[in-house]
Amino acid sequence: MSDATFRPATEETPLARRILIGLAVTGLLILVFAPLVAVFVEALRDGIMASLESLASRDAWAAIKLTLTIAAISVPLNAIFGVAAAWFITKFDFRGKAFLITLIDLPFSVSPVVAGLCIVLTFGANSAMGAWLVDNGYPIVFAMPGIILATMFVTFPFVARELIPVMIEQGRAEEEAALTLGAGGWRVFWTVTLPNIRWALLYGVLLCNARAMGEFGAVAVVSGKIRGETATIPTTIEMLYQEYLSVAAFTLAAVLALLALVTLVLKTLLELRHADQLAATHRH
Amino acid sequence: MRPLVHRSPMPGLGLSMGITLTMLSLVVLIPIGALLLKGANYGLAGIWETVNRERVWAALFLSFRLSLIAALFNLVFGVLLAWVLVRYRFPGRRLLDAAVDLPFALPTAVAGISLTALYAPNGAFGVLAGEIGWKIAYTQWGILIALIFVGLPFVARTVQPVIEEIEREVEEASATLGATRLHTIRHVILPMLLPAALTGFALALARAVGEYGSVIFIAGNIPLVTEIAPLLIIIQLEEFNYDAAAAIGIAMLLISFAMLLVINLIQVWSRRRIGHV
Repeated sequence: MSDATFRPATEETPLARRILIGLAVTGLLILVFAPLVAVFVEALRDGIMASLESLASRDAWAAIKLTLTIAAISVPLNAIFGVAAAWFITKFDFRGKAFLITLIDLPFSVSPVVAGLCIVLTFGANSAMGAWLVDNGYPIVFAMPGIILATMFVTFPFVARELIPVMIEQGRAEEEAALTLGAGGWRVFWTVTLPNIRWALLYGVLLCNARAMGEFGAVAVVSGKIRGETATIPTTIEMLYQEYLSVAAFTLAAVLALLALVTLVLKTLLELRHADQLAATHRH
Repeated sequence: MRPLVHRSPMPGLGLSMGITLTMLSLVVLIPIGALLLKGANYGLAGIWETVNRERVWAALFLSFRLSLIAALFNLVFGVLLAWVLVRYRFPGRRLLDAAVDLPFALPTAVAGISLTALYAPNGAFGVLAGEIGWKIAYTQWGILIALIFVGLPFVARTVQPVIEEIEREVEEASATLGATRLHTIRHVILPMLLPAALTGFALALARAVGEYGSVIFIAGNIPLVTEIAPLLIIIQLEEFNYDAAAAIGIAMLLISFAMLLVINLIQVWSRRRIGHV
């Protein structure tokens, strides 16, 4: 830890130190705090009643409901994937492990717009599979399943990425002991593994959820932005903003900004309270 | 020859492998495969014909150039942030530390309209800049600000754990041998931070090249001047021009793959150099 006592030979002069702190604080104030404050200032420009009224509109409600539904489906699915992938990767030895991890991380380096494009090309009405699905009454693109797929694509690595380093560090000894004592596979998972990884899992789910509710690029491509039907909170913000309904747009934006703040607070709490059970890079 | 999967007493091989591979294929691999397949049908010549247009080159070049500048800014500012957050104790440090992650947590569309409100000619910062005749929103400066915002946490977060692990003895040894503080930082500390900083730099760059949500509001989206590559894909899709969208998408995918490769090479190189990442 860095709380070691300071020795003059290994520290900067007080002046240099003050300049560096000043630069860091000023930079973050301008680059990060100012945009955050601006969201709330713009939302409350016409008073709180105007903001609340815009929130009560039917389109805003439909968007909020849709975004919550999308997150409620895609986040648990990604959590199941993350746990399964982390179990497969850390409990077994097989060829191509590094390659598999690279594939899981792939969505992080693909532009969300390209992700949306991939889904449109796979399941859109102009593809063979998409045409068949539409004919049978299961449209994917410009409908809810497409939005869920796009959301899952962009948030795919979040949970696995938090769990893999933690489970590597914890090793297999505890699970092996439980097996030797006669516990079955599921019992080992529920009583030994899950308690060990629950905070890392929560951490991953938290980040996954924040991104799922806020995803814009990929969803904008696949959703068709049909008002009241396939418009999520972020795409509704875009439509309102382009119609110069600034207060309504910023009020919905403020809802998402509050969600981001809650996420950050919970994340910081996890880092403070359960640092020893999170991936090493979050311990500070 | 090594077996594909080593025998293990652990339960759940079939289930965990099944879920992993099925979901990975369905959500990620098949869609990306569909894009590549579309490109294969279209042919290299076809892709080249679509990409090789002034408007597409301008967009790709703009995205890449501004992303590079933003990532360079974040490289320097990120190392400075990490250093200040780890080494110094001052009031508000925890708050500052948490704030570094805000660009990760704040949805891109929210960041986009908020930055536009700030830097537009009648916005708080826009008015200040306007007084010296500096136009930020709806110019390339605006895009740069948005890209700096979304890439801000990467370098700071990759470098922070490395600074925490530097042993004070190394710095003491350097000081005892007569090095000035500046000399120690330049020749002892910075080389240790380099691999992590470069990884963060590459991540920030990859993120910026593909960024859409935070940029389109502030960019102005004037063809050849402030039109970014992801927006071109959206425009083609809205005109149901799937082949052209796919061609530009493949060009961007190849850029991402190249950057992923670079990130992995940096990590291999630093593992050899230091023994761990």
